[in-house]
Amino acid sequence: MSQNSNTPHNKNQTTFTLDGKTIPFSEGQTIIQAAMAAGEYIPHLCFNPEFKPHGSCKICTVTANGRQTASCTQQPQVDMMVESDTKQINDERRALLQMLFVEGNHFCPSCEKSGDCQLQATAYELDMMSPHFDHFSPNRPLDASHGEYLLDFNRCILCSLCARASSDVDGKNVFSLAGRGIKTHLIVNSKSGKLADTDFTGDDKAAHVCPVGVIIKKRVGFAVPIGKRSFDEHPISATPHPIVKGAI
Amino acid sequence: MSQITTHAEYLDPILAHYKLNQHNLLQMLREAQEHFGYIHPEAIDYLEQQLQLPRSMVEGVASFYSLLYLQPHGEYRVLFSDNITDRMLGNMDLMESMCGQLWVEAGKVSEDGLVSINTTSCTGMCDQGPAVLINNIAINHLTQDRINSLCELIRERVPLSGWPLEFFAIEDNIHKKDILLDSNFKFGSALAEVLQRSSEEILQEIKTSKLRGRGGAGFSTGSKWEFCRTAPGAQHYVVCNADEGEPGTFKDRVLLNSYADMVFEGMTICAHVIGAKKGFIYLRGEYRYLLDHLHAILQRRRQQSLLGNNILGYTDFNFDIEIHLGAGAYICGEESALIESLEGKRGTPRNRPPFPVTSGYLNQPTVVNNVETFAAASLIGLHGGAWYANIGTETSSGTKILSVSGDCAHPGLYEYPFGVTVAQVLADCGAKNTQAVQISGPSGICIAANEFERRIAFDDLPTAGAFMVFDQSRDMFEVARNFVHFFKHESCGFCTPCRVGTSLLSNMMNKLANGHGSPYDFAEIEKLNELLLSTSHCGLGHSACNPVLDTIAKFRPAYDKRLTHKEYIPAFDLDYALSQARQMTGRDDTGAHLERIHVSK
Ligand SMILES: Cc1cc2nc3c(=O)[nH]c(=O)nc-3n(C[C@H](O)[C@H](O)[C@H](O)COP(=O)(O)O)c2cc1C
Ligand code: SF4
Ligand code: SF4
Ligand code: FES
Repeated sequence: MSQNSNTPHNKNQTTFTLDGKTIPFSEGQTIIQAAMAAGEYIPHLCFNPEFKPHGSCKICTVTANGRQTASCTQQPQVDMMVESDTKQINDERRALLQMLFVEGNHFCPSCEKSGDCQLQATAYELDMMSPHFDHFSPNRPLDASHGEYLLDFNRCILCSLCARASSDVDGKNVFSLAGRGIKTHLIVNSKSGKLADTDFTGDDKAAHVCPVGVIIKKRVGFAVPIGKRSFDEHPISATPHPIVKGAI
Repeated sequence: MSQITTHAEYLDPILAHYKLNQHNLLQMLREAQEHFGYIHPEAIDYLEQQLQLPRSMVEGVASFYSLLYLQPHGEYRVLFSDNITDRMLGNMDLMESMCGQLWVEAGKVSEDGLVSINTTSCTGMCDQGPAVLINNIAINHLTQDRINSLCELIRERVPLSGWPLEFFAIEDNIHKKDILLDSNFKFGSALAEVLQRSSEEILQEIKTSKLRGRGGAGFSTGSKWEFCRTAPGAQHYVVCNADEGEPGTFKDRVLLNSYADMVFEGMTICAHVIGAKKGFIYLRGEYRYLLDHLHAILQRRRQQSLLGNNILGYTDFNFDIEIHLGAGAYICGEESALIESLEGKRGTPRNRPPFPVTSGYLNQPTVVNNVETFAAASLIGLHGGAWYANIGTETSSGTKILSVSGDCAHPGLYEYPFGVTVAQVLADCGAKNTQAVQISGPSGICIAANEFERRIAFDDLPTAGAFMVFDQSRDMFEVARNFVHFFKHESCGFCTPCRVGTSLLSNMMNKLANGHGSPYDFAEIEKLNELLLSTSHCGLGHSACNPVLDTIAKFRPAYDKRLTHKEYIPAFDLDYALSQARQMTGRDDTGAHLERIHVSK
């Protein structure tokens, strides 16, 4: 089925198998990195190929030599047998997605990110039909203080990509995780707790990495009509580097 | 500006003591809090400026630990230990009485800012509960009389230093001693023995002893030390895990109180083997009262040349120990989270591999061992590995100290060679009509009467030490519910399955408790367990469903009596949802309730 299984690779190349397909990898790569390089899709949310893996959402869970592990942080071994697209694993991924949906407030029809949202697209990909669990309906006020950007924390999945982008790329530390357990939440770097009082700008990398609809540019709402957005045209599994594409 | 200078007054000495090192952030925050009882926003301004750290990071760290506050929390901050053993001793009634006497609602600060009252996870005093922490200082053996006196002292604003000393008494309660607790250990004796021999030989003794870690996982101590010793790194570190957060465990508290030399000496032997110059004790914040005592012993050991440079005259053997205090986070007992916390960060478990033995504190090779493991290492240093290996069983050499609590005549510490049966322990501690024993705390296993011939050993009932006894009068459903609540409270929140799953599980248990459960919920709990087992990031998530699964399997009637429905019922309870409105309006008449269809309590 995959063109990769027949891709010639040099004999010294180390490989593992992903759902039966041979995937080459090099020292230091994690399973998902090698899989992506080979054009294979493993569902993921907190992983973004441009950043150091975080390993928190667990959507990228696979079975590697019989043991379940997060493929964004696990490095493959030679001839490792990795299974990803199995009923059991996809069932578990769906349950994790449902957990992410019910712990926040996700009203997709009214969300500016709808169609460009990785959470939504991954839920479609994995045939998630209902939230299954009871909603937690947390109370998370918006931050509209900034001139250009709005923060809608209701949709935050705590992937920390914004925090990683801000510290590793922008050198700013605008975003951090705070609290613990189910009360974990995102904060910004100002005494008032408001985005307007930070040094955040629209040119920051952090402004463009949110996989869901938390960090939203103001006054361009619905510039790309629903139906014409990244994941409206192709499912997420067929869209390369969705975050980057979605942001530009 | 003037505010800043006043904050500088108390913060400067703290900053100087910790050398403006951001890895000491948690220590600095903890000490900064001692000034106002919370971390003042302007204190954060000052720390941010002096340490050159982003404010969001400082707040991110502070908000992770439940004993640190970013808002005023009262002059007196009262936290009731809420382990199931405290509950069995009536802590909830005492808390209600205290709230009533001091006019404050649990979980809130009184309007005059005098006092806040809340619950906290087990404070490690199960043998002498109900227990409370007031301004992070432990007070045990609560009775109604004692509560009345505490209320009086608080109302009159008497500083803690002026409270009757007997309130702060903490007992060791050692009921059965074996090689470790009965060793009459002389400080320096093991080290004098060990330093005459090469580090290779000592490592071999540890391996020969077959010592396995006492913190729960039971990893071979010899192998751990060897991995660390051979791992490349500019520095090697020894870390003693004294976080002891597992509900029902309190043996490390006693070891540090009365056997600290054995622990420090074990760490020093480890330093000799792995080539470390520096060690840390990570002491749980709830054991703050031990800090001065431990500092005094460390100081004495330095004077005795048992720590510091050229230990016992051996040139080039330099090693010292620093104490770091935690601030209320069970997850910091997990070794990689502990290391994050030692580095002054949020206590989130790391991705592994690499493991601490190759990349631990400051990414250098690090040994993390439990308090009891180090104490045992001292004994091995003194008497040799072969002697130690002869005690206990084939898979489990040596002795194990159990922290016994719950329904028994003599709660406290019991030391046995491995292989002792549960029945023997129950007989020794004076337990009658025992229904169940929770071995190794909520993350361990719950066993029923037909299993009491099982043995304490790594290949039968492995344990970090907790041994909670429940007699026939106890409701095992409520035991499990208490444990589930614990996991929810202590989940670090890093990974999806545990962050959300522990809340879901807690909601399901509440739903069952409210009489809205159906057999459908059991299947849901099974599914949740599988998900947490296979996808959680660390051991907390892996074991979070254990208490429920064990009690469903073994004490099914406790669940069945709550099942009033055969069909699935949604958890949403409209009447319950209105309770907030009732509270705000002060109404509780029938008109303020929806018709009750379900039994609810
Ligand atoms: C959630 C969690 C909490 C833990 N708490 C403790 C603890 O309080 N004390 C401890 O010694 N080990 C604790 N551990 C085990 C440590 O990670 C580690 O295995 C241990 O400190 C190693 O020491 P040992 O080999 O001497 O047992 C905990 C593990 C987990 C997953
Ligand atoms: S705001 Fe977006 S990028 Fe940042 S943590 Fe939340 S979901 Fe992730
Ligand atoms: S399993 Fe729980 S405690 Fe462990 S990392 Fe995940 S959220 Fe944190
Ligand atoms: S993508 Fe791997 S854990 Fe989130």
